[in-house]
Amino acid sequence: MNKKSLISITDYSKEDIFKILDLAEEFQNNPKHEKLLENFVIASLFFEPSTRTRLSFESAIQKLGGKVVGFSEASNSSVAKGESLKDTILTVSNYSDLIIMRHPIEGSARYACDITSTPIINAGDGANQHPTQCLLDLYSIRKTQGTLENLNLYIVGDLKYGRTVHSLLMAMSDFNPTFNFVSPVQLRIPQEYKNFLNDKGLDFYEHDQLDENIKYADIIYVTRVQRERFSDPVEYEKVKNTYVLKNKMLENTKDNLKVLHPLPRVNEIDTDVDDNPKAYYFQQAENGVYARMALICHILGIK
Amino acid sequence: MKGELIVKAIENGTVIDHIKAENIFKIISIIEIQDFDTQFFIGGNLDSKKYGKKAIIKIADKFPSMDDINRIALIDSNAVINIIHDFKVVEKKKVELPETITTYFKCINPKCITNNENVETKFKVINKDGNVNLKCYYCDKITGHNNLEVKK
Repeated sequence: MNKKSLISITDYSKEDIFKILDLAEEFQNNPKHEKLLENFVIASLFFEPSTRTRLSFESAIQKLGGKVVGFSEASNSSVAKGESLKDTILTVSNYSDLIIMRHPIEGSARYACDITSTPIINAGDGANQHPTQCLLDLYSIRKTQGTLENLNLYIVGDLKYGRTVHSLLMAMSDFNPTFNFVSPVQLRIPQEYKNFLNDKGLDFYEHDQLDENIKYADIIYVTRVQRERFSDPVEYEKVKNTYVLKNKMLENTKDNLKVLHPLPRVNEIDTDVDDNPKAYYFQQAENGVYARMALICHILGIK
Repeated sequence: MKGELIVKAIENGTVIDHIKAENIFKIISIIEIQDFDTQFFIGGNLDSKKYGKKAIIKIADKFPSMDDINRIALIDSNAVINIIHDFKVVEKKKVELPETITTYFKCINPKCITNNENVETKFKVINKDGNVNLKCYYCDKITGHNNLEVKK
């Protein structure tokens, strides 16, 4: 693999991750940013639409004075004329110092990384990896808890297909967490991840219900249960309200508890939670800008 | 022994023996036998004490590297390679699982880059409790032994 490209969170060592989190904190604490990216052109190739990820990357680049080229959907590019991913990447490599890409095909970012010497940031490759979401999740957890070590995490919702859940599980596994997985039976955490946790000697528990046990949680990480994941719509109707977090449920929870969500939210966190100081998902989205600023600087070797 | 008499003996070359009968066509594909320019012989459904029915491949005057031959282990880990000189077996070895495998197998994930663009497959071979699985280098999905499909 070339340079410092970020394709999967497991590409980075603990040291890399800490360096990025420290730098993100520095950016957040000093809102008047130097124009560190003034002489850089960064390509933002979004082969499928995205709101948060694309805008937070572009915001991160512009805050540091960099220039962005690219497209926000494949129909605005030569892909619509049948151009291969290889040709697009090799062409854009000539125009930019770094490529940020989101693509619906799984493994596309790893492939892009192998064919060009320009560094690549994977901004999501289908249902596979979304490592910058993971970085901002780690940043948000560390910022709110003061540490990543020995935390009790409740992860709720679609644990089978949720790529952010899988990346977070892998990344947090270095910090001796206890995992509590809360999901409908159909969307349980896949066996390969349970094997991974067993091999690492980490404790985890599976639950069918979001219940009073959350009083032990340091972090509740909620994800969306999507209708399209159920082959039988009746099954979806049965479980869709089982995993809704309501403000009342947070009454006896720990003072340090924070509720995270990668967003977009549909109904899995009731809007009455939004004003509770334990709700952290909008700040989490803001943290995405600082985490991405730090990542870009790390990859370009600026700081 | 009876089986080997049915398929013509070779003076020099390589014999791949003890292939389970049902695996023969997959093995023919992955050793790319169509590219050999010397004589080769394929015997199928031969009697075998061990399997009931076995298959055998004899390739005259060729000694493929074990790197090439070991691909067979992904399909049939019991296959045995015999090196023949002057009609005699001078060396006998079992195929061994390679650590990685490129090109020959399809990734099970229809959304994988290797099934959507002109990209060769690349897998890490995982042997857990005797079950051989392939982990895709690109999309990380596991292709199980029962789903191994040779890439055309």
